[in-house]
Amino acid sequence: MRKAIASIALLCLLCACEREQRSFEQKAPPEQPVALSVLAPGGEPPNVPPSDKAKKYENNAYSVSEGKKLFSAFNCTGCHANGGGGSGPALIDDHWIYGSAIENIAATIREGRPNGMPSFRDKIPEEQIWELAAFVRSLGALIPKDVASGRSDDMQAAPSENRMIPDPFGLTNTPATTGPPQVPTPAGPAGTQPLGP
Amino acid sequence: MRALSLAVLILLPLCSGCSGRQSALDAAGSEAARIESLFWTFTITVSAVWILVMTGLALAMRRRHEAAEPLPEPLAPDRRVEHRATITINALVIATGVILLALMVASFLAGRSGPSLAREHSLELELTGRQWWWDIRYADKDPARVVTTANEIHLPVGRAVELKLASSDVIHSFWVPNIAGKLDLVPGRQNVLFIKPERVGTYRGQCAEFCGLQHAHMALLVVVEPEQQFEAWYAAELGSAAEPGTPEAKRGKELFSKAACVMCHQIRGSTAGARLGPDLTHVGRRATIAAGTLPMTAVDLDSWIADPQAVKPGVSMPKVDLSPEDRRSIVAYLGSLK
Repeated sequence: MRKAIASIALLCLLCACEREQRSFEQKAPPEQPVALSVLAPGGEPPNVPPSDKAKKYENNAYSVSEGKKLFSAFNCTGCHANGGGGSGPALIDDHWIYGSAIENIAATIREGRPNGMPSFRDKIPEEQIWELAAFVRSLGALIPKDVASGRSDDMQAAPSENRMIPDPFGLTNTPATTGPPQVPTPAGPAGTQPLGP
Repeated sequence: MRALSLAVLILLPLCSGCSGRQSALDAAGSEAARIESLFWTFTITVSAVWILVMTGLALAMRRRHEAAEPLPEPLAPDRRVEHRATITINALVIATGVILLALMVASFLAGRSGPSLAREHSLELELTGRQWWWDIRYADKDPARVVTTANEIHLPVGRAVELKLASSDVIHSFWVPNIAGKLDLVPGRQNVLFIKPERVGTYRGQCAEFCGLQHAHMALLVVVEPEQQFEAWYAAELGSAAEPGTPEAKRGKELFSKAACVMCHQIRGSTAGARLGPDLTHVGRRATIAAGTLPMTAVDLDSWIADPQAVKPGVSMPKVDLSPEDRRSIVAYLGSLK
């Protein structure tokens, strides 16, 4: 009995094996057809062909985290914030104007949508579009929880001590004679700077 | 004889570490010179001590007991011998303490040059480690004189330089053995290193902290040149990218701004302005591609663009679907960016 439980527990470990398997080999993807919608009042949703890629990207933690990196790198945050929305729609709610399937989201990124969403066809390689789409789905909690990326921790109320500009030889920080004490500005490359006062 | 020649054969390759463009024993900077002299101080001192100890040991082992007849009382202390042994042991203990103390002081002094270089430095560089390349910015109070480049630093000989080290992702480590010791690049923090190159030449640096899959392919070149040559390089680097001359390069420029390249790279003077990948404004002047992975030739550039994941698996640059003709045009354009 004990042996059985132990072996079942060990077998469970295998589930984690392909969670973040990385594949760097990118095959040239076939040209994606433009998704067409029916031009009629109250027409059908856009005709997006289902893809066998969905599983590969949605169930892989590495793809999702790459998507997360690209989401801020390509300035998706400029309109969608960190999923909360701004001039673009929110992505963390359950309202999907153009469908919530990964194929729909990939098509949205690839072709663009009316009222602001630009087309990234030929600008973002196909693999990265799918990674982005997988991450966008993770924002809406539509993918397995164990695959989704962790929360970013760069929002802080105040710069922590180790983010101060070090001054090993006391050359620059001469104490101010008048006025309030100077607050050291946080160091670090763009993107890691805390947003607090 | 055979054993000796074997030992020489084994030790001979080690000598190659004593010179070259990536060697801590061929100092070309004030910091590296201190480290080098410290290294030789330690090596010579501890070798001398080791030889002395081994000689003493060998003598003790070879020494025969003279006593032909058994001693009347083997355990009875011999006053004379005891006295001599006490003096010898005490002297050796004191010598050990003095040597260790002297080495410690020497080691402290080797790391003490920071303040003087900090006072005299006249050039400021911001180095940001990224997976897996070096983002380089020559800081200046005048924004029009800020130079951005990647993977290749040019420095004037004999001038102290302040390096501000930061990281955008994981911990990296800056190490150009010919110029200075190591210092880590830590995310969310700025480390400061002062260096002073003192000999003209090209030196190779290497990330010295395991930073992921392509850690081994994260090299940078440090070109130390005479002041005038450096100023010329700096002035050229400040300018916008050259306009393509040939029709092929012109087509390359057009393709560059239409394809995925434009999403990550900057070429000042063109529409490409993204800051995710290395700045390519004067990429044709650099000696290497992809942080020292490949030499800068048309063929290598072509194979790099054709499939970066085959050359440097895991790198952020994706494989972009381009026809060979398009690739050739882009290579012609990038090569013309001198």
